[in-house]
Parts: sequence; structure tokens; C-alpha cells
Amino acid sequence: MFKQLFAVIGMSLQTLPQRLGASSVIVIGIAGVVAVLVSVLAMGAGFRHTLADTGRPDRVIILRGGSDVELNSNLTRTDVSIISNAPGLAKDSNGKAVLSSELVTVVNVPKRDTGTDANVTLRGVGLKLTEVRPELEVVSGRMFHPAVRELIAGVGAARQFRGLGIGSRVHLRNADWTVVGTFTSNGDVHESELLADVDTVGSSIERSGYSSAVGLLTSPAEFSRFKDALTTDPQLKVDVQREPDYYAAQSKQLTQIINVVGTTVAIIMAIGAMFGALNSMYSAVAARGLEIATLRAIGFGALPVLLSVMIEALLLALIGGIIGASLAWLFFNGHSVSTLGGAFAQVVFELTVTPTLIATGVVWACVIGLLGGLFPALRAARLPVAEALRAA
Amino acid sequence: MKYFPLIWATLWRKKTRTIFTLLSVVIAFLLFGVLETIDYAFANPSSGITGADKLITTNKYSITLPLHFADAQQIRSVPGVAEVTWITWFGGYYQESKNFVFALPVDTDTYFNVHKNEFVVSDGQMQAYRNTRTGALVNVALMKKFGWKVGDKVPLHSTIWTQKKDGSLDWTFDIIGSYDVKDPTQAGAQASNFLFHYELFDEGRSYGKGQVHWFEERVGDPSQASAISNRIDALFANSPNETKTQPADDFTMAFVKQFGDIGFVLRAILGAVFFALLFLTGNTMMQSVRERIPELAVLKTLGFGDGKVLGLVLAESLLLCAIAAAIGLALSFAALPIIKMGLQGVQLSPKALIPGIGAAVLLALIVGMPPALRAMRLNIVDALADKR
Repeated sequence: MFKQLFAVIGMSLQTLPQRLGASSVIVIGIAGVVAVLVSVLAMGAGFRHTLADTGRPDRVIILRGGSDVELNSNLTRTDVSIISNAPGLAKDSNGKAVLSSELVTVVNVPKRDTGTDANVTLRGVGLKLTEVRPELEVVSGRMFHPAVRELIAGVGAARQFRGLGIGSRVHLRNADWTVVGTFTSNGDVHESELLADVDTVGSSIERSGYSSAVGLLTSPAEFSRFKDALTTDPQLKVDVQREPDYYAAQSKQLTQIINVVGTTVAIIMAIGAMFGALNSMYSAVAARGLEIATLRAIGFGALPVLLSVMIEALLLALIGGIIGASLAWLFFNGHSVSTLGGAFAQVVFELTVTPTLIATGVVWACVIGLLGGLFPALRAARLPVAEALRAA
Repeated sequence: MKYFPLIWATLWRKKTRTIFTLLSVVIAFLLFGVLETIDYAFANPSSGITGADKLITTNKYSITLPLHFADAQQIRSVPGVAEVTWITWFGGYYQESKNFVFALPVDTDTYFNVHKNEFVVSDGQMQAYRNTRTGALVNVALMKKFGWKVGDKVPLHSTIWTQKKDGSLDWTFDIIGSYDVKDPTQAGAQASNFLFHYELFDEGRSYGKGQVHWFEERVGDPSQASAISNRIDALFANSPNETKTQPADDFTMAFVKQFGDIGFVLRAILGAVFFALLFLTGNTMMQSVRERIPELAVLKTLGFGDGKVLGLVLAESLLLCAIAAAIGLALSFAALPIIKMGLQGVQLSPKALIPGIGAAVLLALIVGMPPALRAMRLNIVDALADKR
């Protein structure tokens, strides 16, 4: 049985070059489906990664209750000083809480690809910035100085938007801000932002309060103690979240949309590719009619014939799938794009073709190949031997 | 036309093959129709503000930075401005954050004067709204969505504005009336609108009194829009709150573009679809002609000229693509309501389907041409002898 199977498969593969036109239809059709599927899902994966990589479990973000995002939130100076005394916060060598009071606003900066203005986050940060966010690293230029209108730009923002190179000026209200450096931050969402001194930003947009406070806990386990202390304080009305939870919530909606749209388009394409595969495999079976009939006449079973057709379809599909996934990886992996995120500001992210996505693409390819090969294979197995021999 | 039966017969020479090819092309055109429609919708977004005579003034540096409502006085004095009204972003939702409500505190007189004759609302409800401080006028679509009725008291949660009286973010309104939008192309964009009194809002908020996020202006002569915009912006040049005034449609366009180059993504997908399709259909046509070489030779023997044979094969390809494109585009047209559900506020237009016809003809010519040329160049003697 296996001997027969290998013999038939060997024959069908040897004759494959003669049916190159029809076979390439399967390969190209499936490569198209997989390339689209993997590229679109890579967009969703990249966006999710950027936001999921933001924050650490021992870091907390405090917003005014019911505000959802920093841009809507408002904390007074009194609020922040109460928060800084809450239990569980890490302390520096002088005994001061490792807490950054932040003020978020958006500024219009033109996007490189469309040339139209986009909302870019300008985040005013406290003096404890580098202790609260040790992953932040100035990679060119220098850190901004407090009390002067200087800012540093995330590498993502500098790449996606115009006029954020070192030495450029960003206009906000009636003053110019100078870009003095660029920074990386572990590839997270802050790389899409501009950072400056919180009080200078506050005076510039005439706001005395803050948007949020970001603090480092002594350990992730301190979270509930810290949260309870703040939420039970009658002087405060705040929402306390672990940073990863806050940012994950912002990626949920868009990632979902991208995945639904991408999968729907890919399913429709897959149906089209399946028809193409059916067509090609039927014509392959027809072309090999004489060969199959002869094999059956000299005693080969129906099953090896059936399997050989299925395996041919599967193999072609696999090649298509691998080509499609490779194309997606080649063209789009690491491709940097930006979109309006959940917090009304641009999020710069890179399309990420993960191994899981490649595997997903190849699985899709195999399913299309199997479905496209099944009916032609059944026809091949049922081919009436005598008629087929006579027709030739 | 007299050759139609011949073309029709050759098209269905191998039924299974034709049907499968047809179905793949149908699928491709279904996608084409759907993606083109979405692309069109993003390229021509409706602003939710009707008419070329509307301008929007925002803070020059960011829409989130406030302007002052009193600036309306100055804007009104600009020659060419017929009326101006001011709006603050309320950031509202009903019960859960996914139930977004486009709640706008509006100044009744100026708002309904800027948007003159745009709404269908009964005089009685309009009068009652004017007389009720806590009243709200709600778009009929939103009323339907949440099952609200006139007379209901509804709480809206603002993600921004706390109330002076208790620091709460929850504001309660009485639904006094509902209204509909006259312009059907704007109905989608305004489907979540919920209008209430600016006076109540401004007195009720605990901070930021007088702060507004944008002004909407109606101008007398739309052809003067850019000159008037410049005059408005000149008023606030070098002040702490410099402004940016632009036609409402441009403002929306810029906002939509923030989502990224959606057109590019859609075109890339369509490119992949049609590239694969070219191979598939091209292969079918080539195969079909190859099998018919003796038949074509007979046709030529009977006196069909080279041009006519070329025409016959091309017509077959055209027929195949036309049938498939018609079915596919019809399906995508039928899918419009489904897309509309997913893309709230975006106006879809069947106009986007027009390029589909062009694509079908182009596809037919590209895939039909090589086999047609081959058929045309057939040498009768060789072909009859079946020397391929």
C-alpha cells in the first residue's frame, strides 16, 4: 500500500512540470491569500505589541475617576501630594516617592506620508522621570532641561512626523519649543510621544493641575494595598490601574477591528483561491486520466490515487503559503506606520510578522489546498478504468 | 450579435471549469466592490456638518486646547460671517464606555441659525426644548439605538467635565424632543448626536468656564470661504489662542487621514487579489483555446478571417468577466448595509462601484489577448493536423 502510494506520488510529481500553468494558479492564488492575511494580521499584532509592551506590572497610573484616558483626566496638586504619601510606593534615597506627575496634551504635527496634521502627544513629565521609567534612554542629543521650552522626541514620532529632528522647533501656543534629543523606550507607546518638563508645559497651556500620576511600587504585590489606600480616601476620586492594564485596554478595540476585517477579507479571498485550486486539480486529474487509468488497470488501489492527488494539491498549497508568508515578511515586517490610537493621539507601531502569524498563514494555505484537492481526488479515484483507457 | 450563441456555447464547453473560474472572478469583484466602497467612504468622509458654507475654527496647535466662547463676538464681526456658534467637547457615553454619545452643549439661538433648515423637528418640541433648562434634543437614530422616548430622563457620563454641585461626572438630561437630519448623506455622521443647552453646561461645570473647543460658522458666500477663514485667523494671530479656520469638509478630511493611509492598504489587497486572478483566468482561457485549436481551424477553413477569430476569443473572455463582474458587484452592493453597520458615521456610495466595470473590461482584455492572438495566428493546415 505504501509502496503503491509512493510510486503514484512520485509519478504525479514528476509530471508536475508539464502542468506548470495550472499548478502555478494554485501557488499564486494561495500565496495572495496568505500574503494579505499575514500582512493585515501583522498590523494588528504590531499595534497590540506596542501597547502591550508599555508599562510594567509594578508601575501604576492614577487618573481622575471616570476619565478613561489621560487626555480627559484632571488631578489637582493636592491630589498628587496625597497620592505621593500612599503606602507601597517606592522611595528614592532621600525618602521621596518615585512618582511622576504628568500633563498630557496633543499638538498638531504633520504626518510624513499624508502631509496632514496629526495629533501627537506632548507629555509633561516630572523630575522623577528617569527613576519612574528606567527603560527610557536618550539616544541622540540630550535630555531636556526643566523650566525652559525644550522637549525630546520619541524615535517613533521622529520617524513618522515631520519637523522633529534635533534643533527643530515645535510651535505650541505662542511659543517655540526646541527639540533637543530623541529617545527610545523599549519600543513602547511612549516612543510615539514628545516629552518635556511638566510645569513648563502646564504654564504654556495655562493648566495648573495634572492629567495623571505614574508611580513605581516597591513590588507588584503592593498594588492592592496602594489602590485600596487611594480609592478609600474620601479626599480623592481616582482610578488606579496597573500600567499594562491601562494600555492593553487602549489596544483592544483597534486590534479587534483589524483582526475582524483582515480575517473577513482573507476568508473571501480563500474561497476564490479554493475555486482556482479546484479548477487546476480537476484539469490535472483530466490530464493524467490515461496515467491513472493505467495504474488502476495494473492493480493500483483507489486510495493511493486519491491520496496522490490530495498530496499534490497540499504540496502546491504549502509552496503558495510559504511564498505568501515570506512576501508579507519581506515587505512589511518592521514597516513603521502610525494611526490614531484609543487615546485620541497617534500611536507609531511596526508591522510585526510573528512566527505564529506565519504558522497561521501556512495552516490556511493547507486547508485551502486540502479542500481544493478533495473533490478532484475523489473523481480521480472513481475514474472508470475501461472508459478512460478507451477515451485515450 | 449573431455570433452570441457560438460564443455562449464555447464558453460552456467545459461546464465545471467555467463555473469555477466564474466563481473566482465573482469573489474578486465582490471584494473589489466592497473595498472600493470603503475606500470611497474614507476619501469622501461626511463631516456631520452640512454644506460648503460651513467653516470650523479650532485652536491652531491642537483641538484639545480650549478657545473662549466670548471670541464668538469678534468672529461674528468678520465681514462674510453670517452666524457663528460655539461647541465644547463633552466626551459623553451612556452607561458603558462603548455606548458613545456625541453629546454637544449648544447655544440654541446661534446653533440653529448656523445650521438653518438642516433639521426636521416639530415646532412644539423646539419650543419646549427652549423652555426647558435640562432639556435635550436627540437624533432619532440615537433614540432608537437606546430605546429612549420623549419624556425620558437619561444620565450621560462625561469623561471630562465634573459638575460644580457634587464633583460628579454624571449629568442628567430630560429628552424633550427628537430631530432628524434632512441631508441623507449626513445622517450617518450625525446619528449619535445629542444636543443640550450650553448655558446649563457652562453654569454646571466645576472648572473651565467659558472654554469651548471649536466654533462653527456659516458664511454667506461659500466661494469666499478661504478669504473669510484668513480674516478670522488674523483676528487671533499672535494671541495666546491662535486659531485655524477651515471648511468643515477639509477639517473632517484631515481627521480621517489621521487613521493612516487606508486607501493604500485597500489598494494593496486588491492588487494581490487581481494579480492572482489574472493567472487563474488567463490559465483557463489559454487552456480553453488550446483544446479548441482544431475547431478554430475549422472556423478559419469556413472563411472566418483572422480578425473575426481574434474577436470571438476576446468576446468569450469579455463575456466571462462581464457576467462574473456583474454578479460580484451586485453582491457587494447587497453587502452595503452590512458594511454600514461596521463603519458608523461613514457615508457609503454606490458611485464607488463604477470603477468595477472598467476593471472587468481591463481584466477581460488582459487575459483574453494572449489566447486570442494565438487563435488569430493559427495556421489552418498545422492546426487541422493538430500540430500544436
